[in-house]
Order: sequence, then structure tokens, then C-alpha cells
Amino acid sequence: MMELLEVKNLSKHYKNFDLKDISFTLPKGYIMGYVGANGSGKTTTLNLITGVLKCVEGDVRIDGLSREKGEQAYKEKIGYVGDESYFPDHFKIKHIRNVIKDFYPTFSKDKFNGFIRKWNLPENKLIKDFSRGMKVMLMFASVLARDTKLLVLDEATNGLDPVMRTEILKLLQEYVMDGERSVIFSTHILSDLEQIADYIYFIHRGRTILYDAKDELIENFLLVKGESAKIPPALKKELIGLEEKTYGFEAILPSDKAELLGNAFLFEKPTIDQIVIHYIKSREEQ
Amino acid sequence: MKIIISNQSELPIYAQIREQLKEQILNGQIPEGETLPSIRQLAKEVGVSVITTTRAYSELEAEGFIATMQGKGSVVLPTDNNLLREQYLLRIEEGLSTAIETAKTMGMSKDELTDIFHNLLET
Repeated sequence: MMELLEVKNLSKHYKNFDLKDISFTLPKGYIMGYVGANGSGKTTTLNLITGVLKCVEGDVRIDGLSREKGEQAYKEKIGYVGDESYFPDHFKIKHIRNVIKDFYPTFSKDKFNGFIRKWNLPENKLIKDFSRGMKVMLMFASVLARDTKLLVLDEATNGLDPVMRTEILKLLQEYVMDGERSVIFSTHILSDLEQIADYIYFIHRGRTILYDAKDELIENFLLVKGESAKIPPALKKELIGLEEKTYGFEAILPSDKAELLGNAFLFEKPTIDQIVIHYIKSREEQ
Repeated sequence: MKIIISNQSELPIYAQIREQLKEQILNGQIPEGETLPSIRQLAKEVGVSVITTTRAYSELEAEGFIATMQGKGSVVLPTDNNLLREQYLLRIEEGLSTAIETAKTMGMSKDELTDIFHNLLET
């Protein structure tokens, strides 16, 4: 059993929004970035995976187990960190320690206390007086103190300072270190998270746009810049998300079309964010 | 052993890791018989994805620089002289090709170019 997370033809219908046919697999020991603009369906997907939303169409399996087969065992495998604290405002750390212990049998008090000390989280403050960063680290402490197989992070690093983000990147890499556990995180801006992602799944308006190993994606595209007037028609057809600015243009081009460039343009390795931005632009124009 | 990743480099990250390890194996900084960190350890230390370090190692393996043994990790192989020679030859060709390309761009004749080459050899 090599796959930790299997998602098959996942769909969800709302009045104003459709999530349609999301399918991917995430092998054990790897990290996936689930990317897209705000409102593209990232949170809906993650909520279907964690079981917060009921999965009616499609199939999700974690470590071979579907939610229908055993709700408690399924939830025990998942550690979830969102962009907002899910702890009651009037709680202190000791209350959280006691509550989680009752809900999750694998919760280790010692591990939890270790993280609290390591990150200098205040035992005697109310959660409502925690900074955003402290709340996020508290969520990580409560999740990492359990014996989970899959970390699900929904925009968890939003609004954190670079030092904390770096700390979290290290945490995630440590989490997958033994090759048995995996991470899926959603974000509307990858920046530093891009470095550690093995796979990228990119959705827009509930539809799959790209899904591949990150290294492949970066190699499959070029970021092209130059003078708009010089773009020959054959090239223009292939450019994705052409953005014409006063002093020049920028677009994405599939690498296998590089021969169309000639010597007139500058091209470089794109970041995933740049690929995403230009793809969204091309979809919005259709 | 040291690895420094540049985001500005045109080389993909796996290739940067491959080239830097190759360099250090060729100049003896990483000696023959040395065990390299595991793929996952390296990914964590350098802060890159596991797929990236996997590819760097498998290419080093294909080129005969390291061997990966189940349970023992990746070990640096003796760099035999042919391999060394081949690598240096490759670099000389690359350097000369760049010079030739530049000469062509400015329309320099074959004779002029070979003159420069001979002059440089004398110095």
C-alpha cells in the first residue's frame, strides 16, 4: 500500500458553485500543495477529505480506509490545522489538553507539553489573548501530539511571519521524514511552501487545471517576457495568460514550444505562483 | 559536503544538487566510500522536496558516481580515470562551444578564432 491519500471523482454541488471530478493520489511520505485563487474550491475539497463535509459523490480513502468503514479510525488518522483557531476563546492550554485527550486516544500529553515548551506558548493566558502565530502553533501542537497519518492544512501559514513559516516548513518535512506519513496543504499563495512540495494540484472554479509533480510542472513551462509588438502569430496562439503591459508583455509558454521564441524574447524558469497567475488569467478570458 | 541552492539559477534544483555533489566527488572533498545522507534527510536539510533529491541521486547513480544499496544508503563510488576524463572533456567542449557561438554571433572568421585560441595557449 503505497498511497496514503486517494481521492477519486470527488464532486460537490452548491447553488452557486460546483466542485467537479477532483482525482489524485498522494503516496506515503510526500507533500502536496493544493493551490488556487480564493473561492476556487480548496476548502471544500479539504473538508470533504477530513469528513467535515459529507462526501456524496466520489470516494476518499486515507491509508486504504474510507470514512464509511470506520468514522473514528478515519478521523484518528487525520491532523487538521485551519486558518482560524478552532479552540474556544475562553480556554487555556490546560483545558485543551484535557478535551483532546478525551476525543483522541492516541493523544500524548508528554508530546503536547514538549511542543508547548519548545514554542514558548503561555500556559496561563486565555486563547483569545493569543497572537495569530501562537494560535497556529497551538493547533500544530495538538495535532502533532497525536498518532496521525495525514496532515491537512487549510491556509494554515497565512499571515505568519517568515520565521514561523520556516519553522512550519521544517515541521512538515520532519512529519514525512519516516516515509509513512503525508501532508496536503492548501494555499492561494505558495511562496516559500513551493520549495518543499512534491506534488501540485491546481484548481480554478472547482475544476482541475494542472496536477503533476512540482519539478515536472516547473520544467514544462517557461516564463516569457519581451516586447508585445514582436510576438509572431504562431507564438501568440501558444502563450498562456498573455499579460500586455505598457513596456512589455509577460506570459507562460509550454516548454515544448520553445522553438517558437527565436532570439527576440527573454525566458526563464517560472515559479508555481507565476504559472497559476497566468493560467487563471487565460481562464478568465475564455 | 555542502549544497547551496540558488533560486536565480537557470538550472533546476535537482540539477544544482547533482552538479554540486559531482564537483565535490571529483575533487575529493567527498571521498570514495563515504555514505551520503538519505534522500529524505537531504531534502529536509536543504529544504527541498523529496522528489527533487530523489532525482539528483538517481542521476548521480546513472552516471556512475554513487551506488544505492537497500538499507545501506547511497555510497560514493571510486571515480575511475575514464569517468574523470569524460567529465573534464565535457567541460572543455562546453567552454569551447560557448566561445564558438559567440564568435559566430559577431561574424568572426575561423582563422581569426583559431588565432585567438593559439595566442591564449601561448600565454
